[in-house]
Amino acid sequence: MSTPVIGVLALQGDVREHLVALAEADALARPVRRAEELAEVDALVIPGGESTTMSKLALLFGVMDPLRKRVADGMPVYGTCAGMIMLADRILDGREDQETVGGIDMTVRRNAFGRQNESFESGIAFQGLDDVPVHGVFIRAPWVEEVGSAVEVLAELPAADGPDSRVVAVRQGNLLATSFHPELTGDHRVHAYFVKMVEEHLAGA
Amino acid sequence: MSTTPTTADQPQIGTARVKRGMAEQLKGGVIMDVVNAEQAKIAEDAGAVAVMALERVPADIRKDGGVARMSDPNMIEEIIEAVSIPVMAKSRIGHFVEAQVLQSLGVDYIDESEVLTPADEVNHSDKWAFTTPFVCGATNLGEALRRIAEGAAMIRSKGEAGTGNVVEAVRHLRQIKNEIAKLRGFDNNELFAAAKELRAPYELVKEVAELGKLPVVLFSAGGVATPADAALMRQLGAEGVFVGSGIFKSGDPAKRAAAIVKATTFFDDPKVIADASRNLGEAMVGINCDTLPETERYANRGW
Repeated sequence: MSTPVIGVLALQGDVREHLVALAEADALARPVRRAEELAEVDALVIPGGESTTMSKLALLFGVMDPLRKRVADGMPVYGTCAGMIMLADRILDGREDQETVGGIDMTVRRNAFGRQNESFESGIAFQGLDDVPVHGVFIRAPWVEEVGSAVEVLAELPAADGPDSRVVAVRQGNLLATSFHPELTGDHRVHAYFVKMVEEHLAGA
Repeated sequence: MSTTPTTADQPQIGTARVKRGMAEQLKGGVIMDVVNAEQAKIAEDAGAVAVMALERVPADIRKDGGVARMSDPNMIEEIIEAVSIPVMAKSRIGHFVEAQVLQSLGVDYIDESEVLTPADEVNHSDKWAFTTPFVCGATNLGEALRRIAEGAAMIRSKGEAGTGNVVEAVRHLRQIKNEIAKLRGFDNNELFAAAKELRAPYELVKEVAELGKLPVVLFSAGGVATPADAALMRQLGAEGVFVGSGIFKSGDPAKRAAAIVKATTFFDDPKVIADASRNLGEAMVGINCDTLPETERYANRGW
């Protein structure tokens, strides 16, 4: 099987780190800023960054609709942090006019863990990987407030303020999203998990 | 960076990774100076990745003269309330109490800035002592590495703030990039002498030589006034730009702000930059840096 070509949406954010992580996970990685570039990739990563900026630029430069169409057609997409917000069907605490790509039947609360002073890193068990926890880096991070029945929860964090836990990683079909940033840790297992999703999708297509 | 996750790690705040990681999320973006909630909203609407809350933009600090200090907490809080994007604020160089106040207000980044009047002519603040990350200015690699050694989690080339003249921003960014490129060619024996010459810790010098870049995000600041200026700084290697007086001292701030955001993302596409540059109205007037007396050069503050 040929190596999958995975784009990283390069409108704004930590694009470089995702390109490195994908290459380490044996994918061909390239930045994507335009609809023509999107058409040439097998899958896409939406990086961390500022979701309001990314959403605005995606609309201005005509990437939003082609991206929605690719998602509807089954293209695998992985979103981290701002990317998770972009994949959410519903968001809370966003800007009123903020549009998302959507695709995952979930409600995501923006900056749910707080401002930068509350940003943290923590070990976290991740379903579908080996037993070694991933190291989650949460930066002004969102959490998933509510999911539909088709959504599989892959990771949860105990809440600091009560018995509930917070959903921080989910998968629905070919779409994967994490509140945290595996691309900042040098541990590329989540990216490898996504590359495997892409390979399985391409093999089945 | 460490790659081994430990099994028993408890949530930790204020780590170097969390501080530096925050700056990584700002890359490819524009951080805009704003003096009130209304301007902050205009910046957010235009696609800014963050705003810098301050009482007067650098052009006005130049005009008014006197001592420039940290902004009124009320004004910073109003801006924090008004927008959902990160909010930064400035402390004077070495004024760690202003920094403590800014941290307690919940700002997302502190800029220990030469644009304000320095409070200490020998020492910068110990930035490791804070949970809130710091960005600091630098005119050359040694200065950047000294700030990183003190705990800065992001560096911006200084430029000359409040002039609307990009010449110093270009000089400082080129200087930093050239010095990094030079280190790349050094062997291990030479790195010790390089550290001595740069007046920077050997460990950081070695790290830069290996990475071919700073260990933290590098933005450009000080003099960006047009979309083409922003794109120029990006093509020269800045990972994003700060725009101070250039936006709200211009004829049509909302339009100019949006145009600079577009040009920052598509910095290598002259067609996009051309379109973004059309009909922006008047740019800020600007000052020729070679007519600025030494004492009015902010870039000379900090060491």
